Amino acid sequence: MSEVKKIATRASYGNALVELGEKHDNVVVLDADLAAATQTGIFKKAFPERHIDCGIAECNMTGIGAGLATTGKVPFISTFAMFAAGRAFEQVRNSIGYPHLNVKIGATHGGISVGEDGASHQCCEDFALMRSIPGMVVACPSDDVEARALVHAAYEYEGPVYMRFSRLATPVINDKPDYHFELGKGIVLREGKDVAVIANGLPVAAALEAAEQLAAEGIQAMVINMHTIKPLDENLVIAAAKETGKVVTIEEHSIIGGLGGAVCECLSENYPVPVKRIGVRDVFGESGTAQSLLHKHELDAEGIHRQIKEFLAK
Amino acid sequence: MENLELQKIANEVRKDIVTAVHAAKAGHPGGSLSSADVFTYLYFEEMNIDPKDPKKADRDRFVLSKGHNAPGYYAALAERGFFPKEDLVTLRHLGSYLQGHPDMKHIPGVDMSSGSLGQGISAAVGMALSAKLYGDSYRVYTLLGDGEIEEGQVWEAAMFAGHRKLDNLCVIVDNNGLQIDGPIDQVCSPYPIDRKFEAFNFHVINVENGNDMEQLRAAFAEAKAVKGMPSCIIMKTLKGKGVSFMEGSVGWHGKAPNDEEYEIAMKDLEKVGEALCQK
Repeated sequence: MSEVKKIATRASYGNALVELGEKHDNVVVLDADLAAATQTGIFKKAFPERHIDCGIAECNMTGIGAGLATTGKVPFISTFAMFAAGRAFEQVRNSIGYPHLNVKIGATHGGISVGEDGASHQCCEDFALMRSIPGMVVACPSDDVEARALVHAAYEYEGPVYMRFSRLATPVINDKPDYHFELGKGIVLREGKDVAVIANGLPVAAALEAAEQLAAEGIQAMVINMHTIKPLDENLVIAAAKETGKVVTIEEHSIIGGLGGAVCECLSENYPVPVKRIGVRDVFGESGTAQSLLHKHELDAEGIHRQIKEFLAK
Repeated sequence: MENLELQKIANEVRKDIVTAVHAAKAGHPGGSLSSADVFTYLYFEEMNIDPKDPKKADRDRFVLSKGHNAPGYYAALAERGFFPKEDLVTLRHLGSYLQGHPDMKHIPGVDMSSGSLGQGISAAVGMALSAKLYGDSYRVYTLLGDGEIEEGQVWEAAMFAGHRKLDNLCVIVDNNGLQIDGPIDQVCSPYPIDRKFEAFNFHVINVENGNDMEQLRAAFAEAKAVKGMPSCIIMKTLKGKGVSFMEGSVGWHGKAPNDEEYEIAMKDLEKVGEALCQK
């Protein structure tokens, strides 16, 4: 087997910011003493005068972003998901969301794959928090190609966007000529009639692997990459439920309030079918390697495969 | 504009505050009244603004970080001609654009939505930073309550502004000495306020009487002349200023006068107005 190309989407974020910075003079990147980790350091190197380090003060950074946006700039405020969505939640809600300001939030180190830092830094609540803010777009790309496309789309979109990126290097799966990214539009990666698997972020690659395995066992799983959680591609979710009658959601997030929650809300009101939510089961993470944590929480291909089989056997 | 003219306008602003809060049956008259003079000075004398073109690019910006004093802010904006004075009585009513706290999406002249304490100053810092980064010459003003500065975010913002030498930023603290639960030095004292801002690399200007136009004029002139650091005007004021039974009273932080109290308040302010006309 040839070596699979792996890139962390936080690196994609930094690289895409440079591409944007070259094209658009109004792009300003803010960080809170994590430029090396969030990879906005790449932008800092290219455009030092437009990279603003706010120090370890995420709430203030969020407000500064709002102020910049009122003057027509397009700020990308960058920190770990835990602090962007968690610590600064109320600043995002009141200073960005309420006035619907054109601020982009680049939240890296989402989910348990943060690894060794442990539960304090493993944010599994950000989709739920950000999704509850009126007018907020929430997205989580599955690889490098999609992450870069998302950053560009976020710039083009007028309004607040929350983007969640990963620390862990992950396989590039969207490197295809027909790949097309559109905010709010899910992508069918694989057709299937037995079950619809709706995933986003890092577990999309694992979901594809699990689907391969299921196919070998005679189960045809449709796999949908739902990179945008809000606005949710409801038409696609309903169509998939109609086609398969059974839905599985997969995310590196709490099973409460994220992609699984959004899909359940949509289906319970429009086309109720059994849904299995795969994700972090209402627990805090812990220290460990990213791979060992994904395995423990059954978010690797093996765990996903097992859970889908169990769900289908019910 | 002469000080006397400004005083007359400030008195009209006070009448508007009392009228709007009375009509709303809710709102925050105390701090609105203590800040009525600075609102007036900013919008009639200090700031480069145009009520006919509220979003003009080179305008000076104002952020009411203590957003609950919206009645005072709206009154000054209405007196200046940003929207009709008659609309002030719709304050806090369902369907009105005059929301309980400043809403930049719907209120002409409002540069930033605010209300959650400690957040407005950060937005003001962002505006000042934008001007510095892109070579714009506008100035940014933000008004904070002395209770509000108990919020930690205020000091995050102050640290950043001092570090970045944002001399186009003027922070104003309305030191009326009272917050909801009592006198600020009894609740959780933020004193000494001046030495705190000095320590955060601000040029600090203490104003003995922030309800005095001449003292405000001198303070803003000094702030404008400062180069290489942001300025902070700490102005001692009287909460509830102008309304006899509201002056210096904790209870009138966030309460509306009933019909009887409204009559007394308006009579108090009419008297002030008559005295100003005699001058």
